[in-house]
Amino acid sequence: MERRAYYRNGVLPWLLIGPQLILVLVFFYWPTSQALYWAFTLEQPWGGGNSWIWFDNFLAIFRDSDYWTTVARSAFYALCTTGLSMAVALFLACFVDRSLKGTKIFQSVYVWPYAIAAPAAGVAFRFIFAPQSGIIGSINQIWPGIWDPSTNGMHALAMIIICHAWLGIGYNFIFFLAALQMIPRSITEAGAMDGARPVRRMFDLQLPLIAPTVFFLLIMNLISSFTDSFGLIDTMTEGGPVGSTEVMVYKIYFDGFKSLDYSGAAAQSIVLMLLVIALTFVQFKWVEKRVHYN
Amino acid sequence: MIERSPFFNFVTYAAMVLGLLVVLVPFWIVIVAGSQSLQEVSRVPIVLWPSSHLWENIQAAWARADLGPKMLNSLIVAVGVTTGKIVLASLSAFAIVFFNFKARMVCFWLIFITLMLPLEVRIVPTYAIAANALLPFQVVLDALGITGLVEAVSSVRISLEWNLLNSYTGLILPLVATATGTFLYRQSFMTIPDELVEASKMDGASPIRFFFDVLLPLSRTNMLALATIMFVSSWNQYLWPLLITTDRANYGTVVMQLKALIPTQNGTPDWNVTMAGALIIMLPPLLIVAFMQRWFVRGLITKDK
Repeated sequence: MERRAYYRNGVLPWLLIGPQLILVLVFFYWPTSQALYWAFTLEQPWGGGNSWIWFDNFLAIFRDSDYWTTVARSAFYALCTTGLSMAVALFLACFVDRSLKGTKIFQSVYVWPYAIAAPAAGVAFRFIFAPQSGIIGSINQIWPGIWDPSTNGMHALAMIIICHAWLGIGYNFIFFLAALQMIPRSITEAGAMDGARPVRRMFDLQLPLIAPTVFFLLIMNLISSFTDSFGLIDTMTEGGPVGSTEVMVYKIYFDGFKSLDYSGAAAQSIVLMLLVIALTFVQFKWVEKRVHYN
Repeated sequence: MIERSPFFNFVTYAAMVLGLLVVLVPFWIVIVAGSQSLQEVSRVPIVLWPSSHLWENIQAAWARADLGPKMLNSLIVAVGVTTGKIVLASLSAFAIVFFNFKARMVCFWLIFITLMLPLEVRIVPTYAIAANALLPFQVVLDALGITGLVEAVSSVRISLEWNLLNSYTGLILPLVATATGTFLYRQSFMTIPDELVEASKMDGASPIRFFFDVLLPLSRTNMLALATIMFVSSWNQYLWPLLITTDRANYGTVVMQLKALIPTQNGTPDWNVTMAGALIIMLPPLLIVAFMQRWFVRGLITKDK
């Protein structure tokens, strides 16, 4: 949609857009290019020179088997979180979409997790899943040692995944519901008249029609699980037990700020950036093709 | 809706109640544990019914994590990010949508690419820039030879420095520097018909007048949506404040304090205080989302369509 009526003014638009541009340049483009520079150089954390070493930083992290474990773990984490959160949200949205009496109350509560700070949820879930106290503790009394996130890495990871998925329910629900409600009623009715039962309509009608939203959410959730997990991990496990919940973002933080390995952390940042950019591009390509479904 | 059979309605309600449980159980446990005494909270299995110690626990958490000043800091940051974002986003979207200038599309893309990389991904270099926010300008001046020139002429060496560590500016500015709001405002401005621009031009209104008297009132819903989204996301920030405030006592935010509330490995397991603290820390954004739901849902959805 191109606008015909424009203002023409030499100075004013620059004054309007200037502040935003300056902020973006200083806090986005400069740091991003700085990360590139660091990734290709070796720098001492507190001053001293940088020497250009081409891909050595990348080779160093790629040769490190620990790094690949972290990447694999992050991918596993992202897939589980995304799948779990989207499944629950879609399930709820399908039923809310029937708009029976009183649905509005349910609908507004389902959005709540969106408002919760990840570390706050992390602290709450840490208590819920604590092996000695409260809720899980009683199961542990019956079968000792069946659940212990403080020593069992898989348990710890599962705990964080559940918490992250819970946090995403609100956001996913909003989008699923909006997409479902945009499907014209006449189509659903036509399907019903042809004898399609709700489950059949769900898979053959609604899901294909909301496919763009499903795909959009899939990418957004993957990106968020790759990038937003820091607050959860730091409050729930600090990457432990013995590094078994360390994902990419946490490793970047740890290598950069605790081990002061800026070059290594920058190289890891670049890898993560490329991953996120790739996901975004996939989304743009796909949504462009499929979004005009009606 | 079709198929209003009693059985299917029952299934629907059952599923929705199940969903309600999934969403509410963590809140319920936080409230329950936050209101119990140390003995009650340490009991296995825990009694899932609130007790009477909520106020004491809140006071204990408030004192332990020094929540008074931290709440104020969080509020300053959240309000700062929200207003900053609304002002900058509306102005830059105005320029992009309603002005015809050569670099329009370049500016548009420069701003929109920032949507792609969240702060967490570029955390290390952003931290470095916060140590001296004027470094890019210094580098440009050096590269252009202006520093040398000025030094030769006036024997004053230009060295720009602006340290953002431990300051509200440092907490706020990097969070303002993304395109979310600009995108939202652009979508809303695009729906404004050309006739409106032409009419106000004909009436002799200047662009600024048009912005304040026509655009802003028309995009009020949009502003509420953006305000909700920004308030929630800036209140909930964790990693960035953690890095930029070494002076926790004066510039820490409440969300950072959550970790200080967790019982230590060998200390008293007073989860009741932790939960009471978590409850008050999560409350402000929750209230805002609960009350602003209608607007912010609309904002979220138009944002990416």
